[in-house]
Amino acid sequence: MLMEILVSLLILVGGAFALLGSVGLARLPDFFMRLHGPTKATTLGVGSVVLAALVHGGLGEEGGGLRELAITLFLFITAPVTAHLLSKAALAERRRQERTQKQS
Amino acid sequence: MSGFYRVLPQPVMSLLILGLWLILAPAPTLGQVLIGLILAIALPWATRGFWPDRPRLTNIGAALRLLAVFLADVIMANLVVARQILGPVGRLRPAFLEVPLDLRDPFVATLLGSIVSLTPGTVSAEIDRERWVLQVHVLHLEDSAEAVALIKARYEAPLRKVFRC
Amino acid sequence: MLTLALPVAIGMVALAMALNLWRLVQGPDLPDRILALDTLGINTIALVMLLGIALGSVVYFEAALIVAMMGFVGTVALCKFILSGDIIE
Repeated sequence: MLMEILVSLLILVGGAFALLGSVGLARLPDFFMRLHGPTKATTLGVGSVVLAALVHGGLGEEGGGLRELAITLFLFITAPVTAHLLSKAALAERRRQERTQKQS
Repeated sequence: MSGFYRVLPQPVMSLLILGLWLILAPAPTLGQVLIGLILAIALPWATRGFWPDRPRLTNIGAALRLLAVFLADVIMANLVVARQILGPVGRLRPAFLEVPLDLRDPFVATLLGSIVSLTPGTVSAEIDRERWVLQVHVLHLEDSAEAVALIKARYEAPLRKVFRC
Repeated sequence: MLTLALPVAIGMVALAMALNLWRLVQGPDLPDRILALDTLGINTIALVMLLGIALGSVVYFEAALIVAMMGFVGTVALCKFILSGDIIE
């Protein structure tokens, strides 16, 4: 019973944060501002959903449990790398647009 | 000691490979442990030419303290960003910020950039390895000097203590 | 409790994916679309894990792991494409 409440709470919090990151992505006016939503909120949201799966799976299945943690760890390592590469790409794209504007 | 590093050039990575293999295996049988051990030794050895020299982790206590601060900040960061995203967008003042770094190690600088990306209202945009400046985008900037000092005191100083660089 | 929370959470993630799709179509630039695609991938992981909980199966874990890895590699490849397209960089 207690576990069920914990799992429910975790998936609700996770879903809310995943939605929040996407709202930020859709709503904010500038690319670099949009970058903030998905890198933080969505990563934590999905992390907490995966954690819920861990708590839930740890009850019924044998052996299961730690495997879900691998996904969370992977997401937390890759999210900053993705954000960093995207901002570098956006800066390059912006420089290129400025150059073509000057030429025309 | 040098013989140890010749067999296991990256002890931490070897441990990670073995751990990940056993976690992903359907059941931790003796055969799976053996395959994991072979991979944990063979993979770092086969890729040893690709890895840059990096500072060894020297201060475990400082590392654990930094991890605790970081995890607390990740949760705080999300609450702060949640309020900023749902609040009036026009009132946000986004800005680029240049953080001059004291550390001089590419690996530790990357680690700092990753930490900055996952904590309150900041995303690292570029690491300039000639001037050693970390370029950061801030979602809502109030005082740039204060923000720079916060990043340096909260994350850079502990990182330098962890890796002694 | 869980039977009530699961549809709500799945609905929230689905709405998030709809917003990602809107940003993917809307653009306006290439980096915006890549970011939208990456976020869509991360939300897919959440959806797959939620379905795994709902249907009581562990098979979904492998699917989620593969989506996570392919999403990351795809995003990095697309970013590299933009970066190397710039001759000055």
